[in-house]
Amino acid sequence: MADTVTDDHGHEHPKHELSHLAKRIYAIRELLIEKGVITEKDIQCQIEYQEARTPANGAKLVARAWTDATFKARFIADPKAACAEMGIDATAINEFVVLENSEKVRHMVVCTLCSCYPRPILGRPPDWYKSFNYRQRSVADPRGVMREFGLELPDDVEVRVHDSTADIRYIVLPVRPAGTEGWSIADLEKLVTRDSMIGVMDALPALPE
Amino acid sequence: MSPASGQFKPGDRVKVKFEDRPGHLRTPWYIRGKSGWVEKVYGDFLNPELLAFGKDGLPKKTLYLVAFNFTDVFAKPAGAKDKVLVDIYDHWLEPLA
Repeated sequence: MADTVTDDHGHEHPKHELSHLAKRIYAIRELLIEKGVITEKDIQCQIEYQEARTPANGAKLVARAWTDATFKARFIADPKAACAEMGIDATAINEFVVLENSEKVRHMVVCTLCSCYPRPILGRPPDWYKSFNYRQRSVADPRGVMREFGLELPDDVEVRVHDSTADIRYIVLPVRPAGTEGWSIADLEKLVTRDSMIGVMDALPALPE
Repeated sequence: MSPASGQFKPGDRVKVKFEDRPGHLRTPWYIRGKSGWVEKVYGDFLNPELLAFGKDGLPKKTLYLVAFNFTDVFAKPAGAKDKVLVDIYDHWLEPLA
């Protein structure tokens, strides 16, 4: 916490000049603590909880689905139950849907209204996911967005952009990269990027040794 | 998911109502007035347009996955099979003959 100083009432503030919104957040936080609505410990616990949710959860699910056909069937039929089976808590999601990619179909997820995102599985969304640029262009020019992420698709591939405007959270099940037959789950997990589960790119290719 | 109470089933052709009113609307602007078809019925959910104002969200509304041909939504070149899929509540849809 090098960028912070501890003030006379015992907690830390950033040293640099705060934006208007940041000042407001700190003011609200202090009021909530002062009035006993929440404690510093609650805030720390919540930060730890948020940070424990990372794309590694999604990568575990995807790598297992690649290697275990019956798990894949369960993951698609009942994603929340499949998460529970893997020790991943997806109960905060209202409904959870897996979009399976194939050589002929690619899915891409956006929330044009805000930034709905399967946080229990992928953690916090990247900033670009919440940007106006992505939210506009992902629906209006999905192939252009994919191209910027390095994915050039032939015209006969079906691109399906999902705008998650409501109670459903989506995760893309990317195609298993060629040349990964016999790989361990741990090695496969390394190929499953966050962006491949949003669907803007494929899983990483298997590079030669 | 609970059984759905809404008016549509998978395959039904639908048109998104072109409405605008003050409040919390969960149907994106770009899809209003566009025609597509019901891909999937997700079930009944509390109405977020009421929840947003601290109400109970009742009666529940059926939520659908509605598919649109990309070129029916945006006047731009795209892959022939490209689609935009949007989650839309029952009260935003009307049947299309």
